[in-house]
Order: sequence, then structure tokens, then C-alpha cells
Amino acid sequence: MKLLVCISKTPDTTTKIALTGDKSALDANGVQYIMNPYDEWYALVRALEITEKSGGTVTLINVGKADNDAIIRKGLAIGANDAVRVDIEPQSSLSVAKQIAEHAKTGNYDIIFLGKETIDYNGSEVGAMVAEYLDLPFISYASKLELDGNTATISRDIEGGVEVVEVATPFVISAAKGLAEQRIPNMRGIMTSKTKPIAVVSPVAFDDLAVTVSYELPKEKSAVKMVDPNDMDELVRLLHEEAKAI
Amino acid sequence: MILIFAEHQKGQFKKAAFEAVTYGYKVAQATGSSCAALVLGSASDAGTLGKYGASKVFQVEDAALENFDSQVYAAVIAAAMQQTGAKLLVLPHSSTGKSLLGRLAARLNAASVAGVNALPVVDNGFRVKRPVFSGKAIAEYELKSDIKIISLTGNALQPQVTGQDAPVEALSVTVPASRVKVKSVERAEGIVPLPEAELVVSAGRGMKGPENWGIIEELANVIGATTACSRPVADADWRPHHEHVGQTGIAIRPNLYIAIGISGAIQHLAGVNSSKTIVVINKDKEAPFFKAADYGVEGDLFEVVPRLTEAFRKFKGGNG
Ligand SMILES: Cc1cc2nc3c(=O)[nH]c(=O)nc-3n(C[C@H](O)[C@H](O)[C@H](O)COP(=O)(O)OP(=O)(O)OC[C@H]3O[C@@H](n4cnc5c(N)ncnc54)[C@H](O)[C@@H]3O)c2cc1C
Repeated sequence: MKLLVCISKTPDTTTKIALTGDKSALDANGVQYIMNPYDEWYALVRALEITEKSGGTVTLINVGKADNDAIIRKGLAIGANDAVRVDIEPQSSLSVAKQIAEHAKTGNYDIIFLGKETIDYNGSEVGAMVAEYLDLPFISYASKLELDGNTATISRDIEGGVEVVEVATPFVISAAKGLAEQRIPNMRGIMTSKTKPIAVVSPVAFDDLAVTVSYELPKEKSAVKMVDPNDMDELVRLLHEEAKAI
Repeated sequence: MILIFAEHQKGQFKKAAFEAVTYGYKVAQATGSSCAALVLGSASDAGTLGKYGASKVFQVEDAALENFDSQVYAAVIAAAMQQTGAKLLVLPHSSTGKSLLGRLAARLNAASVAGVNALPVVDNGFRVKRPVFSGKAIAEYELKSDIKIISLTGNALQPQVTGQDAPVEALSVTVPASRVKVKSVERAEGIVPLPEAELVVSAGRGMKGPENWGIIEELANVIGATTACSRPVADADWRPHHEHVGQTGIAIRPNLYIAIGISGAIQHLAGVNSSKTIVVINKDKEAPFFKAADYGVEGDLFEVVPRLTEAFRKFKGGNG
């Protein structure tokens, strides 16, 4: 099978968020960037398991500038065969999806994997967009994927439960927890990753339709009100009268 | 016109559908437009969406719409957008809505914003806000295309009854064949799914083991809350996977979140810190969760929780 895994770069969750002076962007100073965990732990690892079992290749694709190469190398160290980087600073979800679809439409991929969302913007949009551009089925929030020839049986998380679907390749799938187990790159992987190819390709022109105007930080929470553990009637009163939550 | 995708489950509208219609109604008022709802599949009282502000309900009934396939649904919604001439589409920010948002944005070449939680600013263009970086910042976007699509987070506003039932008009749309076969759907019956729940009782590793969850379920029962849990609890199979909230689980924003024996790690908070009111019960006064809480109780949960349940029971008794 020929598999494509879309990977993106996000700030680590524990990053403290600060804004630039004009509030137009996140202040990148001191921000620790990582590969989006859903892409790395679940999408990439499940793709690798499939090719390890039945043969084939795993290609990574990332939309971003050269400073993303560190993350791409990590994906190669975990086991991907090669990588493509579309050389443009990612703007909206739609522009990222457009770039991925441009590459994928001639790539003859059997399955295109992504994480269910990025942990910075949590939009969950790119997978559905790529699928639409390529006119492919899209199975989101997959927590299990089994292949039998060209037929995949996939469990996907839905509100309060699970749905099981069957779909033939090619398709696009977004990975949730459960799809695979995180892998730590070993020394050999790290060494060989240095010689694996990263093809840098030029972006196609795309006009962004949704533009970020500004950022703001949420209002600080007021201090916690401690309630006597022996007086839960008081807590109920506060929840009813003050918070109006009950 | 503003079109609202009214999600339902076997003909029962979800609360998110009423919220989205209320949202659409308010945007229509601010922009001098009108708001209509779109229902896919069979739902007997689709007209009821009129009560929340839809002046009309469009419905496409076709056996092929009984199961959800984002590709089929997107094709039908796009056709409905065209037929009705709608310029703004509002989707719920649910697993269904999220799968549709991206598809429709690509298909209609529309600007899209996922997870909007407030009304747009419409005086000069169309701008909306949404939380980003797990709620640690808020971003504002300008939507520049002719057709615009947003998904609305649950509990972002209260559904409001403003009128009466609306007329239902059948739309004739060709429904494409699905390439995805749904083999089974399993849902926990009889409970409000977490993303829609207004009241949530959540517990963590402080519970010591799955056999102790009786007190959590009893508390949840008394106030009609949905139960949730921290990640290690789901990982250890103490609780079902779909109860797991946080960065790797579900993100929720109920009116009330009661966190019991949960330390409040940043990844946990990422999924719950938009809750309107947070109560934390923990025996460790240094637990980081207290910093994110509105009300805190420092004490042993095995003593405090039964006491709280009793207090709620008394309150419910007194207040009907
Ligand atoms: C990338 C990543 C993603 C993650 N995603 C998530 C996620 O989505 N959701 C999530 O929840 N976690 C997530 N985690 C894990 C997270 O970091 C924490 O480890 C986890 O939330 C801790 O769960 P807990 O609070 O139940 O357990 P603990 O941290 O062990 O806390 C137990 C708490 O119970 C209290 N306690 C113990 N006994 C009692 C008692 N008798 N009475 C009262 N209080 C008591 C203790 O004081 C303590 O505060 C993630 C971690 C990583 C690295």
C-alpha cells in the first residue's frame, strides 16, 4: 500500500501563550514546537504498522517553511520512508488542504492519514477538505482500523459511542486515541532519518478566505472560593444563588 | 439567507440544533436577513424549529440519508445552499458538523471557522471569534468570501423560543450513492452525550478504583448530570473511553463541571476550562485544579461526595 501521512507543527500544550505587541500573532519566542500528537502517535504509527505487515511505503507531507524540517526528520526517524514539504507558511486550513490535495492528486495514495485535529487550533477541518478536493470518502475520529485487502473496517468515535464503518481504498482517515500506540524513535531510526529524502515543492497559488484579524487572552478567572467540606448545603446554595448553575 | 443544519438523531432534534437556529435567528436580525433550517432524513416534527426562529424548514427525505456519510451529506447541503441562495451556513460543532465543515468549505470555496462560541460582528464585514490553544487565547477571523460557514460550539448560547412552528418545504435534491457502509452504531442509551450536557460530574484517579464509582453515579443521578473522567481512568478501563475529557478526549463546556479526585493537569484543563462554573473536590490543597476553579472543597472525596449528594437531594426536594 502507498500511504500518505499529513503532519503539522504545533506549540506544546504546556506552552505559555503570549501575544505579539500588536496582538496580530502568537509570540513565538520561547515556544516549544512539537509534531502534532494525533499525527505522530496515532496516524503515523498506524500507517507504519500497515506497511510493516503488508508492505508498501509511508510518505510524510507537511506544509511549512524549512524550520519544520526538524519535525519531518522526527517522523522519518519513527519510520516513514520519505517526505514532501510544501514550502509556504501555512495560513488557513483551506490553504493547507489545497496544498496537500495538489500533491496527493497525482500520488496514487491508497490511504491518506491525518490526526483528528491539531492541538493548537483544534479545527478538525483539513482532513475533510483534503477528502473533498480529491473526491474521496472521509472517515473521521478513527480509533480502530483493520484492513482486509482493499477493504477497511474502521471504528469511529461519535458522541457517546462508537460507529463501525466499511470503506474501500482510497480514502482519507483522521486518527483519534486508540488507533495506535506512540512510538519513540530509536537510535537506528534517528541515524537513517538523516539520509531519507525530503522533497521541497513549491506551493500552488491560493487566496485565503478566512483571515486572522487579531488574538486576545481570556479574562483571568477570579480567585477560587473555598467552601467548608462539612457544609455542602452552603456549596449547593452558592451554586444555586450565586453561580446560577443549578 | 442563513441556513442552519439542524442535526437530529433518529428524528429527535439535538439541543445543538435549537441553539444553532437561535444563533441563526439572531444573526438574521442583525443583518436584516432571514433564517431557515435544513433537515436531512426523516424527522416528524421538523416544523418545531420555527419556534426558535427559523422562518422556514427545508427537508430532504431519502433513505440514503439515514446513515451519516460526510461526502453524501455535503453534496446534499451544497445543493440546498444553491437552491435556497443561502450565504451563511451554521453547523453544530459535533462529530457530524466538524466532518461537514471542511468538506463544504472546500466544495463551495467558502471561508470557514470551526468552534465559534459567540455572535459575529457584522457592522463592517463578518468577523467571528473562537478559542484557540486549548482555550489559552481567543482568535478573531474575518470571513471574506461570498459564502461563509461556521460551526457553533455546544452551550454557546441558550435556545430561545421566539415564535411558532414554521412551514416545512420538501427540497428535491439528488442524493449521491455512499461509498461508506455503516455496519453498526453503538450509543450509550438514555444519557445526554457529554458534548451536549449542561451538568457534568467527573472523577479521576483519586477514586482509587472502578468499584468506587457508585457515589459518582449517585451524585450525577440526583442532579441529572452526565458522568466524565480523566484520561488515566479511561486508560485503565475503570470507565468507558467515551467519558474521557481533556486534550486527547472530548472538549466540553457545560454550565457546571464538578471535578472529583482530579489533579487538574494542563491536558485535562484543556478540555474543560471553558465550563461556566467549575467545582473542585480534592484532598490536596495544592492541587493545580483549584486555580482553575470557581468553588473549591478541600477534603476526602469519600466523605465529601455523599454529603454533597445529600445536600443536592435536600435542595431538589425543597425546590420541586
Ligand atoms: C499529551 C498528553 C495528553 C493528555 N491528555 C489528557 C486528557 O485528555 N485528559 C486527561 O484527563 N489527562 C490527560 N493527560 C494526562 C494528564 O497529564 C494527567 O496525568 C491526568 O489528567 C491525571 O489524571 P487524574 O487527575 O485523574 O490523576 P492524578 O493526577 O493522579 O490526580 C488524582 C487526584 O486525586 C486527588 N485525590 C486522591 N485521593 C483523594 C481523596 N480520597 N479525596 C480527594 N481527592 C483525592 C489527589 O490529590 C490528586 O490531585 C495527558 C497527558 C499528556 C502528556
